[in-house]
Amino acid sequence: MSAGIIPPDEQVRTRLSPLGYPSNLLGPRVTYADVNESISSIVLRDRAPAQWWIGFAVAFCLLMIFFLAVSWLLIRGLGIWGVNIPVAWGFAIVNFVWWIGIGHAGTFISAILLLMFQHWRTSINRLAEAMTLFAVACAGLMPLLHLGRPWVFFWLLPYPDTMGMWPQFRSPLVWDIFAVGTYFTVSILFWFLGLVPDLATIRDRARKVWQKKFYGFLALGWRNSADHWQRHQTAYLLLAGLATPLVLSVHSVVSLDFAVAQLPGWHSTIFPPYFVAGAIYSGFAMVLNIVIPVRKIYHLENLITERYLNNMANVMFATGLMVSYGYFIEAFMSWYSGDIFEQYMMTYRVFGPYGWIFWVLMLCNVLVPQTLWSRRIRCNPFTLFIVAFLVNVGMWIERFVIVVTSLHRDFIPSSWGSYAPTLWDWATLFGSVGLFLMLLFLFIRLLPMISISESRELVAEPAKANAL
Amino acid sequence: MNEPKIFGIAAEFESHEQLVRAAKNAYAHGFRKMDGYAPFPVDGLAEALGKKNRLPLFVLCGGVVGGFGGYFMEWFANVVSYPINIGGRPLHSWPAFIPITFELTVLGAALTAFVFSLGLSGLPKPYHPMFNLPEFERASQDRFFLCIEADDKRFEEKSTRQFLESLAPLRIAEVLR
Repeated sequence: MSAGIIPPDEQVRTRLSPLGYPSNLLGPRVTYADVNESISSIVLRDRAPAQWWIGFAVAFCLLMIFFLAVSWLLIRGLGIWGVNIPVAWGFAIVNFVWWIGIGHAGTFISAILLLMFQHWRTSINRLAEAMTLFAVACAGLMPLLHLGRPWVFFWLLPYPDTMGMWPQFRSPLVWDIFAVGTYFTVSILFWFLGLVPDLATIRDRARKVWQKKFYGFLALGWRNSADHWQRHQTAYLLLAGLATPLVLSVHSVVSLDFAVAQLPGWHSTIFPPYFVAGAIYSGFAMVLNIVIPVRKIYHLENLITERYLNNMANVMFATGLMVSYGYFIEAFMSWYSGDIFEQYMMTYRVFGPYGWIFWVLMLCNVLVPQTLWSRRIRCNPFTLFIVAFLVNVGMWIERFVIVVTSLHRDFIPSSWGSYAPTLWDWATLFGSVGLFLMLLFLFIRLLPMISISESRELVAEPAKANAL
Repeated sequence: MNEPKIFGIAAEFESHEQLVRAAKNAYAHGFRKMDGYAPFPVDGLAEALGKKNRLPLFVLCGGVVGGFGGYFMEWFANVVSYPINIGGRPLHSWPAFIPITFELTVLGAALTAFVFSLGLSGLPKPYHPMFNLPEFERASQDRFFLCIEADDKRFEEKSTRQFLESLAPLRIAEVLR
């Protein structure tokens, strides 16, 4: 299992906990200095590994595609996308829901698992929080670009303007602005507050003048004093408590954008919980897709052990089953409702012109995750990576199915139509992936991606590390 | 004012248990203006030093202000300043105002938690005398410090040093201003 961190002569001391996990999380001989060194050296060393440069180059190219797509959008307008009546919500909204869902796992890991005293979160929470921030940033851009006139986006905000108008607070679309805005703000505060002590650690380890200045500036003068720690811990715990209901509210509000409308396929009471489960599902898949290569490249198998991967796979699997239940109930309710339009929508979703996409969705999100029943697949980084990747693809397709198949045939046949994405739709989607990866690569290079102070805590109290 | 040249006297320890014991001793000895430094949050250290924590109260106030402020904004905008009749529904349709009220409650509380957790600790503060202490950068690695400050009423260079020596630290050093 976590053989990489335990020296061979210590193997005998590795006991199994009742759940079958190796009880040594950090290994018996890890010291404070080891933890500091292995995490901060990634930031402070002169050269990044070749894999980092390759990934960075790919992300940079994708980012340039994004800039191109957005520039052309600003010049020519929404006509360059495939959206029209009746399918007025195309890729932009699909991407928006997908990205914001991915963000949810970061908050789930850092806030909910913190409140549940799941100390295994320590090695992945920082990376997951950063992922949240970047995913929410990508998400936030999508509806703004979809506005038609993105440069007057601030009309969405409530402020006493010269037109004498106010936003309509009874609309879920306005709730969305507040939900996503609050979510982004709280995520960034939570992330930065957690970073401050680690920035101070890096400042203390830095030898170059620019590094001392840069990290010293960001560390705000943190002195590791009892006073600082006490308020820091209180604030961190309170922010976790605040973020927990917030994360559930955000995707619920996003789902209300759909559910409040009367459209068959959208007008459904199961949407809020079903969307939240889907969000955590895709988010954990994305965390796995990031963590598995990162731990390999940076040799962090000591800190991110296979036990962590197994735990994350379990959460992904559990939420995946909830999502599958959601698909089933959606289909059941449209039949059971006796409503002809609901039944028609479901038939066309499965057997209509977009039917094949529905079956790909079933394959990626329902069938493939069933392999996670096998412990061998959960604990093998390679197979787990592939499953998580397919889940991410599947979750994007799920939003496509919800948005497009519901819109393209509604109540009267005269208003039916079809939708096909254009080159610019694809460029925006893959470009936003570039923006996300670019931010992620910069984060990995410049900031500590594992919480150093929390890892030191695990060294001081191995009992905490071993408790599950 | 005749300011003392030194900021305080610091003792260095090897483990967090030693630091907490030293802090309890110092508090029992009557010292009040002192601080402990540790590479991670040590359970019970702040209590041992007699530190009070009023942050939760501030955060509660921030949340209440955010929530009431948010609801008031919605009511004022949609009922008083810019009323629109939509399908004959009441202007003051309070259930629809709840999601934003909730979001702004969280936002108010979170902003307060962040600003006050740093602000009450006096951060950001780029310079502090403690940074003059040699080896202080190990406070973020594997050393635990207790510093009794010169502002303390019972501080007296010789006796304070003697007291710290009685705690059996790794070493003792003056912290210069």
